[in-house]
Amino acid sequence: MLELRGLSKRFGGVQAARDVSFTVPAGRISSLIGPNGAGKTTLFALITGFHRPDAGSVVFDGAPIDGLPPEAIARRGMVRTFQIVQPFAGQTVRDNIAVGAHLRIRSRRAALAKAEEVAAAVGLDDRLDMDAAALTVAGRKRLEVARALATEPKLILFDEVLAGLNPSEIRDVLPLIRAIRDRGVTIFLIEHVMQAVMSLSEHTWVLNQGELIAEGAPQEVVRDPHVIEAYLGKGMAARVGGREQAHA
Amino acid sequence: MVNLDIVLPSVLNGLTTGALYALVALGLTLIYGVLHIINFAHGALLMVGLYGVYGLNAFAGVDPYVALLIVPPAMFAIGYALQRGIIGKASHGRDENILLVTLGLSIVIENLALYFFRSDTRIVDTPYSFSTVEVLGAFLPLTKVIAFAGALLTAALMWLIMTRTDLGRAIRALAKERKGAALVGIDTDHIFAMSFGLGIACLGIAACLLMPSYYVSPQVGHGFVLIAFTIVVLGGMGSFTGALIGGLIIGVVEALGGLFLGESLGQIGIFLIFILVLIFRPTGLLGHRV
Amino acid sequence: MRPLVVLAVTFALIGLAPFAIASDYWLNLVIMTLYAALLGQAWNILGGYGGQFSFGHAAFFGTGAYAVAVLQVELGLNPWLGLAAGGLLAAGVGAFVGFCTFRYGLRGSYFALVTLAFAEVLRILSNSVWFTGAGVGILIPLERGAASFQFVDKAGFFWVIWGMALAAFATAWWIGHSRFGAQLMAVRDNEDAARALGVDAFRVKMAAITLSGFFSGLAGVFYAQYFLYLDPYIAYGPAISVESLLVPIIGGMGTIFGPLLGAAALQAVAELTKEVVGEAPGISLAVYGTLLVVMVLFMPRGLAGLGARIAGLGPRARRRRAARLEARNA
Repeated sequence: MLELRGLSKRFGGVQAARDVSFTVPAGRISSLIGPNGAGKTTLFALITGFHRPDAGSVVFDGAPIDGLPPEAIARRGMVRTFQIVQPFAGQTVRDNIAVGAHLRIRSRRAALAKAEEVAAAVGLDDRLDMDAAALTVAGRKRLEVARALATEPKLILFDEVLAGLNPSEIRDVLPLIRAIRDRGVTIFLIEHVMQAVMSLSEHTWVLNQGELIAEGAPQEVVRDPHVIEAYLGKGMAARVGGREQAHA
Repeated sequence: MVNLDIVLPSVLNGLTTGALYALVALGLTLIYGVLHIINFAHGALLMVGLYGVYGLNAFAGVDPYVALLIVPPAMFAIGYALQRGIIGKASHGRDENILLVTLGLSIVIENLALYFFRSDTRIVDTPYSFSTVEVLGAFLPLTKVIAFAGALLTAALMWLIMTRTDLGRAIRALAKERKGAALVGIDTDHIFAMSFGLGIACLGIAACLLMPSYYVSPQVGHGFVLIAFTIVVLGGMGSFTGALIGGLIIGVVEALGGLFLGESLGQIGIFLIFILVLIFRPTGLLGHRV
Repeated sequence: MRPLVVLAVTFALIGLAPFAIASDYWLNLVIMTLYAALLGQAWNILGGYGGQFSFGHAAFFGTGAYAVAVLQVELGLNPWLGLAAGGLLAAGVGAFVGFCTFRYGLRGSYFALVTLAFAEVLRILSNSVWFTGAGVGILIPLERGAASFQFVDKAGFFWVIWGMALAAFATAWWIGHSRFGAQLMAVRDNEDAARALGVDAFRVKMAAITLSGFFSGLAGVFYAQYFLYLDPYIAYGPAISVESLLVPIIGGMGTIFGPLLGAAALQAVAELTKEVVGEAPGISLAVYGTLLVVMVLFMPRGLAGLGARIAGLGPRARRRRAARLEARNA
C-alpha cells in the first residue's frame, strides 16, 4: 500500500530522517513509535507532501508520489491528521467535516449529508451545529478523524490521535480506529501511548534520531534493548533486562 | 559610457539619503523584531516628528539640531502610549489586525495633519541650509553630511542600548522567548511599549536630521513608509545591520534610478525590489532573523 | 429566514429607490452606497471569505476604471464593451498579483504589503505613460445617452450599479453555499489542514482573487462613467484600497450582508461629518481611520457580528446555546 524507499531529510544540522525504508501493508493497522524528537512527525510530513525529501522516494498504491503537493496526495487516497488538532475554528462541526467530504463530492447538499453520516460513525452526531473551536480535546480528536474519513481515503495517517486523552477517552477511541480498519481503510499511526500501540497495531517500526532501529510485532519490539535504550537512555536496557530475568 | 563625474555625486547623495532611510527603517525593524508588528503608521509618525521640528523652529526659534534634545524623547513618549493604549490591544490573535489598526492610525494622523496644516509644504530656514562640503571631489550639502554621520551614530547608539543595558537585554529576551520572558518576571507589556517607544524615538532623531535638508507636508510619510518596508525586508526583518546596509543600498538605487530613468520611474525600481524580495527571499538578503 | 430570500427581498426593496425617490441628492446617496457595497463585497470575497487581507485593491479598481476610459478615448470603443474589458482586465491583474504572491506562499501581513506595492507601481506607471494622460488625468468626453453609458438621469446609473452589486452579492451567497466557498473558508481558517484534506489552496485563492479583482474592476468602470474623470491618485491611490477594506470591516467580514451594512454606515458617517464639520480636506478620511481603529479594537466582527450578538439574546439562540452546553457536558 505505502512504500518508503531510502527517505532522507536534513534541516540545517539536524538529520530528521536517514535512509528510512519500509512498507506499510494494506488493510491493517501499523504504527511508528519512537522517543520525542525521533522524527516521526517529520516522516509523516515527508510522506504526505508537506516537506520534500532530500533523497529517496515514496510509492503509494503502486505509483510514486514524492514531490506531489499534499492536496494531490489526498486526492489519491492518503490523508493525515495533525498531532496538534487543527479545526477550522468558527465553523460548525458539520462544516468542518464537509470540507473533507467535498474532496469527492461536488454538491454542497450531498457533502453536508455525507458529513452527518461520518459524524454519526465517529460519535459526533450530537454536536453537528457546535462551533468546532468549542469542542473538548477528545471532541477535536474525533473531528480530525471525521474530516479525514470524509475524504474516503484508502490510507489514513494518524499523528498521535490519542495524545492528550485520558484513559477512559482512549478506551472510547480505540474501537473507533478498529472500526475504520474494518471498513477497509489501511491505518498507519504515530503513537506515544505505548499501551495503545500494543493493543491496536499488528506491526510497528521504531524510529530514533531519524533512523529505523527496530521493527516487528509491538510486544517483541518493546523488549528490544535498542528500543529501550532509545526511550530511556543508555544503560537502561541492561538494568531492565536484568530485572526481567530476575522476575523470570 | 557612463560619466563618472555625474555618477559619483549621485552615489554619494544616495548614500546620505540612504543613511536617513536606514534610520527610519531601524525603528521599523526594531519594532518588528521584538513585537512582530508591521507598523504601518511609521511614515505618519515620522511626519509628526517633522512637524514637531518645524513647529519648534517656527514658533520658538529652536534649531533643528537642538531639537534633538526635545523631539526624540517626545516621540518616545508618543510611541510608548500608542503601543500601550491602542496597538497592543488590537491583535485578537491575528497579525493582520495590528496591521489594520496601524493603517487606521496612519490615516487618522495624516488627515488630521491635512486638516490642521493644509497640504502646504513647509521648510525650515537655517544659516547653514545652503552650505556645502567637498567629499571625494563632489560637493554635498552640509546638512546631508551631518545627517549621514548622525544616522550612523544613532545606529551605534541603538546597538549599545540593545547589547549593553538591562533594557536591551530584556528586549532581546522578549524577542526570543515571549513566554519565558514573562515567566522570569519581565513586565512584557512595559517592555513591548518601551521597544515601540525606542523605535519611534529613532523617527524623532531622523526627523531632526532630515528637516534641515527636506520639507514637511501631511503626506511626507508616504514616500518613506514603503521605502522603509523595502529596506527592512531587504535587510531581513528584525536585523539591525540589515536595515543599515539595506538603507544605503536603497538610497543609491533611488539616486541612480532617478539619474537614469527619471524621478518617478526610479521609484518603481524600489517597489519592484520590494515585491521581488518578498516573493523570493522573504527572510531578506542577509538571511536570518534576529 | 434563508439568506437567499433576505438577499432577494433586500435588492428588490433597494430597486424601488428610483421610483420612490425624486430628489437627485438622495438617489445619488443610494447609488454611492451601492457603489461602496460593491467595492466592499469585492474585497470581502478575498479578504472576508478567503482571509487574504489586501491593502491594494486600488490596483484592480484603477485598472477597470482606466480600461473603460482609455479604450473609449484612445480607440473609440463603446463603454459598454469597455465595461466587459474593464472587468476582465481587472480580473487579469487580480490573477497576476495572486500568481506572484500565492505561488510563493506569501500570507498575512506580507501579502497585504505586496498588494499595496502593486497598486503603487500601477499608480506611478499611470502617472508616467501617455495614454492615461499621465498626471493630468483623463477626461471622458461628455456624450449623454444610454448608448454611451452616460445616462441623462440618475436612474440609469442606479440600475447599472444595482445590477453590478446584485451580481457581487449573489456571488457572495454562492460562496457561502458551494464547494468552492467551503474550500475557500477552510483555507482561510487553516491552510495546512485544508491542504491535508485535499483542498488545492493555491487554485482556490487564485479563483478568489480573480473574482475579487473582477468586481473591483466593475466598480472602477462605474466610477469612471459616473464621474467622467480619472487621475492616477483617484484610480490607484490608497483611498480606494482603504475604502474597499473599511466597508466589510465595519459591516462584518466573511458575511454576505456585511458590505451592505458597512457601506450604509460609512455613507451615513460621511454625510454626518459633512454636516457637522463641513467639507474640510482630510476630515472625512480622518473619521474613516478612526472608525477602522475602533472597529478592529472593539468590534472585530463588525456590525453583522453585533447583530448576531443581539440576536443571541433571543429565545431561539438561548435554546441553541443550552443544547450546546448540554452536548459539551455529555
